[in-house]
Amino acid sequence: MTESALNLSPDPASEQRAVGSHLARRMLRNATGLASMIVLGLIVLAAILAPLLTQTDPALADVRSILQPSSAAHPLGTDSAGRDVLARLLHGTRYSIAGALLGTTVAAMIGVIGGLLAGYYQKGFESVSSWLVSAIMALPGIVVLLAARAVLGPSLWMAMAVFGVLLAPAFYRLTYTAVVNVRHELFVDAARVSGVGDLSIIGRHILSVVRAPIIIQFAFVMGIAIAIQAGLDFLGLGDQSVPTWGNMLNDAFARMYKSPVLIVWPSLAVALTSTALALFANALRDELERSGKTKKRRRLAGAAAAAPVLAGEEAVVHAELGEDTRADLLTVDSLVVGYDQPDGILKQVVNGVSLRVKRGEVHGLIGESGSGKTQTAWSILRLLPDGGRIVAGTVNFDGKDLAHLSDKEMQKVRGRRISYIPQEPMSNLDPSFTVGSQLAEPMRLALGISAAEAKKRALELLARVGIPNPERTYAAYPHEVSGGMAQRVLIAGAVSCEPDLVIADEPTTALDVTVQAEILDLLRGLQKELGVSILIVTHNFGVVADLCDRVSVMRSGLIVETGPARSIFADPRHPYTQDLFAAILEDGAARGQLDHSADRHTATQGVTP
Amino acid sequence: MIRFTIRRLVSGVILLFVISSVAFLLLNLGAGNVGRRILGPQGTADTVALKNEQLGLNEPVLTRYFEWLRGAVTGDFGASWFTNQPVDQAISSRLAVTLAIVIGATLVSGFLATVLGVWAARRRGWADKLVQVIAVLGFAIPGFLIAIFLVNVFALNLHWFKPTGYVQMGTSFTGWLSSVTLPIAALSIGAIAAIVQQVRGSVIDALRQDWVRTLRSRGLSENRIVFKHVLRNAGGPALSVLAVQFIGLLGGAVIVEQIFAIPGLGQISVSATAQGDLPLVMGLVLVMGAIVVIVNLLIDLIQGFLNPKARVS
Repeated sequence: MTESALNLSPDPASEQRAVGSHLARRMLRNATGLASMIVLGLIVLAAILAPLLTQTDPALADVRSILQPSSAAHPLGTDSAGRDVLARLLHGTRYSIAGALLGTTVAAMIGVIGGLLAGYYQKGFESVSSWLVSAIMALPGIVVLLAARAVLGPSLWMAMAVFGVLLAPAFYRLTYTAVVNVRHELFVDAARVSGVGDLSIIGRHILSVVRAPIIIQFAFVMGIAIAIQAGLDFLGLGDQSVPTWGNMLNDAFARMYKSPVLIVWPSLAVALTSTALALFANALRDELERSGKTKKRRRLAGAAAAAPVLAGEEAVVHAELGEDTRADLLTVDSLVVGYDQPDGILKQVVNGVSLRVKRGEVHGLIGESGSGKTQTAWSILRLLPDGGRIVAGTVNFDGKDLAHLSDKEMQKVRGRRISYIPQEPMSNLDPSFTVGSQLAEPMRLALGISAAEAKKRALELLARVGIPNPERTYAAYPHEVSGGMAQRVLIAGAVSCEPDLVIADEPTTALDVTVQAEILDLLRGLQKELGVSILIVTHNFGVVADLCDRVSVMRSGLIVETGPARSIFADPRHPYTQDLFAAILEDGAARGQLDHSADRHTATQGVTP
Repeated sequence: MIRFTIRRLVSGVILLFVISSVAFLLLNLGAGNVGRRILGPQGTADTVALKNEQLGLNEPVLTRYFEWLRGAVTGDFGASWFTNQPVDQAISSRLAVTLAIVIGATLVSGFLATVLGVWAARRRGWADKLVQVIAVLGFAIPGFLIAIFLVNVFALNLHWFKPTGYVQMGTSFTGWLSSVTLPIAALSIGAIAAIVQQVRGSVIDALRQDWVRTLRSRGLSENRIVFKHVLRNAGGPALSVLAVQFIGLLGGAVIVEQIFAIPGLGQISVSATAQGDLPLVMGLVLVMGAIVVIVNLLIDLIQGFLNPKARVS
């Protein structure tokens, strides 16, 4: 048991270490990362080498040479006490950097240790520390710093240590969340079961996961520390005996009218340092996020390569049964859909689909997941996700080519002429608005009716789609209705503006088996009543048999077989269609239905109180 | 909802109590000889002792704390040790000034961050990059440097505004507006940088939700979807950041008021803590704490309005 758990879940700690070394290399290649690291390196170097770079004592005042311009003796001039600006700037770097380092280290130590303990042991630790955190967060930091100064006196180091305590929550929250997320991972359980001590688990498995985020946070907080420290000194509340950037700012600000250039140097030093720190943290975060993404993309590319593309293959077309006088409503011709990849390559997901839907017909578009059927449906509505576009082909709807319509004209087609029923009912209602307002809003805009009229019609529609208490559902928020109810609401929305064509994308897949049958009944009833055409996307032959007049079978972005449903059921000719049928016979039911009956038993009907 | 509000207020009062106790004890630890500090070198040993006696400083700390607490509960916060001005008077006359600047900066940064964030999230590409750069710079460069820069450019060189001073809103509205423009601008830039990142992120997240596609499929215009539906869903996280920023602005105001010589809470915070004027510092700690408690409560109530799932019953 322990061993299998150990084998099953790779330890992300070792993975993280590998990522770490890649990360360092990638930071060097990242322009922002490299530039910020060079600047930070130079600043640290200036701090270390300050006594070598200038021989002048930064505290040496000389009343005979106050506010001098730049000269050989004083390359950046002198301040109001005749002290050398360059020497003060270089020595100030030492104090500013050391002070910020001290504050940030205190914050990181307290925050990380507190976060590790609270996250790992929970309960007692958790409640105490979260209360402390909210108490600390509730006070404006600078007021506490001022109060601390009143108590502890004006010391740079004391002020930065207090500041560290104040900023500890930044590290605490980060560590706490990470630990809680990791704590229940299998590899941690496995380590615990196999007798690894708590400390060792924390050190080896958990700390390595939060290491990179802590470095990022460290850079951010250190930038803030530099700013706060300079701010305190600037106010004259710091330790005036040491040369810091803030003390220089204080002196320069008081002489801004006489010698405006004085303020430039310390300002530049503070701005440059904190910007470099922020850019470094940003670049590191970007690289960290990117390392997660490239892995995913590689996996996707692998999956796509495995599926053979059958471009150029002719679809099997079954003859029509008898005379069908109904006119064509939608004619899709050689539709190609692709997604632009970041590297400039176009990833094709639909490879030349042709499809006809007649007026008043129910047309099934069937295929396994990944065959491109949903992409086809979305491109008819021109609602492809970001990056997706119609590459070639036409979508002729009632005399108009939707593929080349302007966005504004397309907006008029949606809802009024073509509408849409989504697959997953719960995620397709805006959680912030009531069910009723989402139903009434499109009617008011599309049909130009009053709010009262829209509400009346919405209530009628809710009753028509079989909702027992329309008034209550109208006023309910999406999280207060069940999945089956939500799908009825979405169906009501789809027919609310009297469209000619409804595109239903797997409308029953996410529902309970018993609810599935009811939803199919509802769709059949509405179709008969309104005479609307339906293009139904599904992977379920049961749905096709139940509802459809004609069927198109889709595979790898192409239609492989199309014709009247009865002919295809009686005589599937394409090997892929035959495979699909064989799969149903083996399983006893269409794929998907079984899975969903097993794990969707929690969905209940009706409005939950 | 009323019960929730009451519960939060009670816990806020407890928080204030704890903070004030800690502050009182700490301030007393470092108090030193208060009478000497008030009277300066001119005071004789006798007058110093008399002063300490008058202020009750010879009593034990706990006795004095309960004395202070009894007063505070009944609304009597004592008087400044150094000016003898009653603490509530000293604070209330300045509170309005600071609140005007901080609320102004909150509104300005909330509005601009929303506009910029939505713009970046919808346009992506170069607009997005530009906003990101602004956000990093605005975050990194300390507010007081921005304030110094603004004074230099717009007051000393262009003479568009007066470099220092404050005009009461009652005296002249345009004068007031002109006196708070630079302080509000200086405070807003950092806040915008923090909020815009959050707005951009949550708008991008919300735009990817399934229900956005469904709303589009109903024929709603893109502007309506973004400004009515997406923004309401993205508003929650952005508002949390705004609340944190408000508290930060309260601290930032201390420095900015100093630069622009604005007679707000910041100025007396600096002088009172530098002098160790205990009654005044305690009053300031209480007022700041109370503002924070109230702001957090308001934000939670607005969150409930925005997000029905978080609505408190």
